Amino acid sequence: MNNGYKNRLKDSIFKYIGVFACFIGLILLAILIGNILYDGFNRIDWSFLTSLPSRKAEKAGILTAWSGSLWIIIFTFIIAVPIGISAGVYLEEYNRKNQLTRILEINISNLAGVPSIIYGLLGLEIFVRYSNLGSSVLAGSFTLALLILPIIIVATREALKAVPASIRVASYGLGATKWQTTLYQVLPAASGGILTGVILAISRALGETAPLIVVGALAYVPFTPTGPMDEFTVLPIQIFNWVSRPQHEFSINAAAAIIILLLITFTMNGIAVYFRNKWQKKINW
Amino acid sequence: MYKTKEKIIEFILKTTALITVLTTIGIIWVLLNESIIFFKEVSIIDFLTDTQWTPLFANKHFGILPLISGTLLTTIIAISVSLPIGLTIAIYLSEYAPKKLKKIIKPLLEILAAVPTVVYGFFALMVVTPFLQKLIPEMAGFNSLSAGIVMGIMIIPFISSLSEDALSAVPKYLREASYGMGATRLQTSFKVMVPAASSGIIVSVILAFSRAIGETMIVAIAAGQQPRLTLNPFVPVETITAYIVQVSLGDVQHDSLEYRTICAAGMILFILTFILNNISFWIRKKFREEYE
Amino acid sequence: MKYKLEAKNIDVFYGKLKALNNINIGITENAVTALIGPSGCGKSTFLRLFNRMNDYIDSFKLNGDILIDDKNIYEKDVFVDELRKNVGMVFQKPNPFPKSIFENVAYGLKIQGIKDKEFINTRVKDALKQAALWEEVKDDLNKSALALSGGQQQRVCIARALAVEPSIILMDEPTSALDPIATAKVEKLIHTLKEKYTIIIVTHNMQQAARISDYTAFFYMGDLIEFDKTNTIFTNPKMERTENYITGRFG
Repeated sequence: MNNGYKNRLKDSIFKYIGVFACFIGLILLAILIGNILYDGFNRIDWSFLTSLPSRKAEKAGILTAWSGSLWIIIFTFIIAVPIGISAGVYLEEYNRKNQLTRILEINISNLAGVPSIIYGLLGLEIFVRYSNLGSSVLAGSFTLALLILPIIIVATREALKAVPASIRVASYGLGATKWQTTLYQVLPAASGGILTGVILAISRALGETAPLIVVGALAYVPFTPTGPMDEFTVLPIQIFNWVSRPQHEFSINAAAAIIILLLITFTMNGIAVYFRNKWQKKINW
Repeated sequence: MYKTKEKIIEFILKTTALITVLTTIGIIWVLLNESIIFFKEVSIIDFLTDTQWTPLFANKHFGILPLISGTLLTTIIAISVSLPIGLTIAIYLSEYAPKKLKKIIKPLLEILAAVPTVVYGFFALMVVTPFLQKLIPEMAGFNSLSAGIVMGIMIIPFISSLSEDALSAVPKYLREASYGMGATRLQTSFKVMVPAASSGIIVSVILAFSRAIGETMIVAIAAGQQPRLTLNPFVPVETITAYIVQVSLGDVQHDSLEYRTICAAGMILFILTFILNNISFWIRKKFREEYE
Repeated sequence: MKYKLEAKNIDVFYGKLKALNNINIGITENAVTALIGPSGCGKSTFLRLFNRMNDYIDSFKLNGDILIDDKNIYEKDVFVDELRKNVGMVFQKPNPFPKSIFENVAYGLKIQGIKDKEFINTRVKDALKQAALWEEVKDDLNKSALALSGGQQQRVCIARALAVEPSIILMDEPTSALDPIATAKVEKLIHTLKEKYTIIIVTHNMQQAARISDYTAFFYMGDLIEFDKTNTIFTNPKMERTENYITGRFG
């Protein structure tokens, strides 16, 4: 009869399945990283970082790729961050519960779910062609800026929400206007949370490949960009290009470039988590 | 004086918020505009019923079905990997794991979602496919199985994190009621907690589904670029997103039919994800009202 | 004298915080024992020792013995799930599952793996009758339990506990979320239930303790200050602190 025994047995079996499920993802991640390190680590040297692309795998480097990524990230940051924070402030601090804010909210959550490649099509038509920017750094940056805008807006709103109402009330009590309160009291108090969101958004933009391919970023660019109107490539596209080639030497190059990309991505995520923890401790007074 | 300044500032803030609306309008306008011209040249019936997609060949066919089937095939493989693992993780973390362990595991798992997708593509093509080929010799170098599995790994945190949030949001007293009756943690999880959190769990799965449909680089690298109406996971297929990449890599003339095909394909992709996102939005709203 | 339940030298810690301090008590069979005291005095923690509901709290630590029918329930060979079939619990807030009334009451039987429908039907009916709810819900057994009133929900929870035929029922402020009429019904029910069950009830409400209990234990800051027949506690308390509390001078 002993159902109790069976139930307890199933319970403890599931416990081990649960532990296993938690670790399977992490184990696969470790295999992925291990594999890439094994393939690519020895390929990384100074000349790999400072060489132009080449048809010969052993001569090729990632200079144009990482400098292109840098250009793209800087301009994406300049475009997206002020707009994103400002829109977040509007929705959270100036929010009048009306039809407009409702539409804005539904719209932003929808935009966050639009596949990134669709942003590529948007960028291709609006920035590359209609605005005549061509397949330039600027066109790519505008495209990525629109892509990460919802992330920054949502992060800004979450951070502002966490700021205690007492701070606002205290500031109004001293006769400050809404904008003064927002700028001098609320935003500084929320800055840790906003910073976390911004870093995560930028790290997302850094890893994006598809929209930039659609916008027309090239795999082979023989020079580094010197201005926002130059053509460009980025690290992920360079990796994609190398992965797509049949020769084994190029996949070694891809692995080496992935190490660099992951290094930057993980560093940024680590910094974001650090700021979030630090800020959460501060905000919970 | 102060008043005018405040008004101007509010106007500027509002304008930046409206950029998001312009983005949506822009997306719909671009896709619709080119799609309309496309459908003047290609019958919409052919588009939806033809079983071949060969717009880049001499003998042109414009049937979107092979691209949709490729997209759904990789997506379903991804969900069948991530749903059982993700849900098990969510239940383990919310019902079994000590709080300290949960605090470590959750952010670690979220790293999976932070890895750039091009890296996963490399992993699928260079590691998973060769490994699977040893087990299944007839498997092609490009196939939907490897791409789907790796995509599944990538979206595990989408399901595990959101489902865990949903489980944690179930009032504690329901869990206690079940324990109080002598139920084990497993019985409590599946008979009480999962049903009570079902809407949140469904939302997580829909969002993961939508994410998988729109995923590009993994399938573009590892699933191949051969549109094919098949359910066979061992042969090359092409997804909507991979097709857009394939065309974009070539030199596309603006006013060409090829260019319009990527907009028409993009339109289908946009509609699919739009519907899924709004279903999840609707469920979430209903769910929130239930608890208040 | 033989006790149904006994607590011997009980200390409870949450991390470094000591929640209960050297508690010794014996609980009589087929009687109602009330645990009273101000909030945070440890009475709920104490109640939850008898069905080991504190087990899942990460920092919980217990010293001492809890005996049910002379058996220490914290020993390794005691399984929590079987213990809880013998020791039912009713909570502060009515907490029916979001299922039908029938499914709620049948829950305990089903998780034991009982599949005999006839048997389950009989038990559900008996439990609802014992909980004085049968007449009110017999035609709506498939209705969601959440559609009932608060008082009815609480009686569903009592029926749910009775369906597995425990010998002990723990009640953690079972009427604190109910209106006076529903409270009166539940109190009347407790009175009839003690013929078959041993009942321990935590209550905030001293009149309630006086009305329904046979024994009363007064807790204060983790200590058991006084334990005696209810009559004695309320008319002739030995400790000054007990008197101050029951006369409403603090708490």
